[in-house]
Amino acid sequence: MINKSVTEKIGFAVLAFCGLLVVLTLFGILWDIGYNGAAVLSWEFLTQPPREGMTLGGIFPALLGTLLVSLITVLFSVPLGMFSAIYLNEYARQGRLVRMIRLSIRNLSGVPSIVYGLFGVALFVRIFYFGASILSAGLTLGLLTLPWTITASEEALKTVPKSYRDGSLALGATKWQAIRTNVLPYAIPGMLSGAILGLARAAGETAPILFTGAAFFIPDLPRTLLDQFMALPYHLYILSTQHQDIATVRPIAYGTALVLIALVLCLNMVAVLIRYHYRKKARMAQ
Amino acid sequence: MVSIGIDKKALGNGGSNGHPVKISVKNLDFFYGPQKALEDINMDIPANQVTAFIGPSGCGKSTFLRCFNRMNETILGTRIEGTILLDNSNLYGSDVDVVDVRRRVGMVFQKSNPFPKSIFDNVAYGLRINGLKEKRKIAEIVEKSLMDAAIWDEVKDRLHESALGLSGGQQQRLCIARALAVQPEVILMDEPASALDPIATQKIEDLIQKLKKDYTIVIVTHNMQQAARVSDLTAFFYLGKLIEVNETALLFTRPQLKQTEDYITGRFG
Repeated sequence: MINKSVTEKIGFAVLAFCGLLVVLTLFGILWDIGYNGAAVLSWEFLTQPPREGMTLGGIFPALLGTLLVSLITVLFSVPLGMFSAIYLNEYARQGRLVRMIRLSIRNLSGVPSIVYGLFGVALFVRIFYFGASILSAGLTLGLLTLPWTITASEEALKTVPKSYRDGSLALGATKWQAIRTNVLPYAIPGMLSGAILGLARAAGETAPILFTGAAFFIPDLPRTLLDQFMALPYHLYILSTQHQDIATVRPIAYGTALVLIALVLCLNMVAVLIRYHYRKKARMAQ
Repeated sequence: MVSIGIDKKALGNGGSNGHPVKISVKNLDFFYGPQKALEDINMDIPANQVTAFIGPSGCGKSTFLRCFNRMNETILGTRIEGTILLDNSNLYGSDVDVVDVRRRVGMVFQKSNPFPKSIFDNVAYGLRINGLKEKRKIAEIVEKSLMDAAIWDEVKDRLHESALGLSGGQQQRLCIARALAVQPEVILMDEPASALDPIATQKIEDLIQKLKKDYTIVIVTHNMQQAARVSDLTAFFYLGKLIEVNETALLFTRPQLKQTEDYITGRFG
């Protein structure tokens, strides 16, 4: 029979070890990328196109491509997700059908991203004739983030007290007036931060854009939304596995990875800031 | 004055006390899903009087109150049968717009629910959603409503500060001002003072007395002294039925049923 306090100490040590292992792994990766990536990072790296078969120059087209695609993703996924959530949460008759829709949405968030990619090819590239383009890739990523956006929006709507709705209705507001003036203003920050987290994931995805518009290398910047584009995650994939001289471009690959991670981190920070600001306001409201 | 209550089992005067009838309820049944919450209610609510609903928790008095502005419709799976006439026209008629009903029949909730907006915007809310755009007119009505709700002097210097900074009693009077602003004919109050201290309660009660000059008031209360103090007419509910309704003074001094007497003397409930 081991002493109780010894058991507790062993248990605590195991927990601490697991926690530490996770943190150390994460920091190890970040350190490796940060240390090696910082060496090539410069203003030129961010603003110049690749040169000499990608062995020199920067990543500007890939950065621009990722930003443009993300823009399409947001424009598509945020309004659609918000309105779906408003319908599901405020208007739809809560019954078996709505429960099934909700379940499907949750399940969609677990579908492998390559499936979204192939679906995007079939729908946007082929059926809609958008071709392999920024538009097709952005819409495909939009579908990928939609489950996040809808779920986050529904959660945000649920945090608005029923008394705001009732108080508004009791003054003679129509249902939509009550939602628009007395529910949405308090739900939108939560909706946005959820959408941004979804976008942060989408920005780093390779599989969905692989067939829908991302290009190996394009000498010119895209002129319209129907042009092909270069993207950070795909560029990274090429530099680290598909290039004819992987060893030479390794530093550039590190730099690309660092920029991509920084971009995702920034998006997450924005989401956290929105949430923080909103919570502070909500706390003051009590 | 026809007194429907008497021939329909509810004892007392059926709600008529010589004043013109504002609301008339006939054979009202109400269901939450399969469960019957109100059964065969018949009574009249006189105009420009204060009518109080009393009864133990779960007796259906709040549910009944919320039938008058059709707020029960926001709860899923509810059903109502029978008629409620407001100035002789059915509130539940097929051609009636529920939005119009709620403009004519205002409501103050049990838990004061100011919106997280400024004091001014809270009172102006009902005006704006009803399409009033003229700034000066809005300001005028907001001021008058706050005065009528006896809170103007306390808030006039901070109209544009958050309503959530007010005390509980002030918040409830603000909610009354907000209801007054859309100029309803009837005001429903669902235990408006149940969360307030005695002084704040006193202010609400004084206000109710003052308001009945211009409005028909229906109040649900747990507090029998409050019913006795503020109301002209009191209706006693038990297990979804209207047991007895009479002029307040009579109901509290000479109840006709043993059940009523037991409740008002505190023997149960």
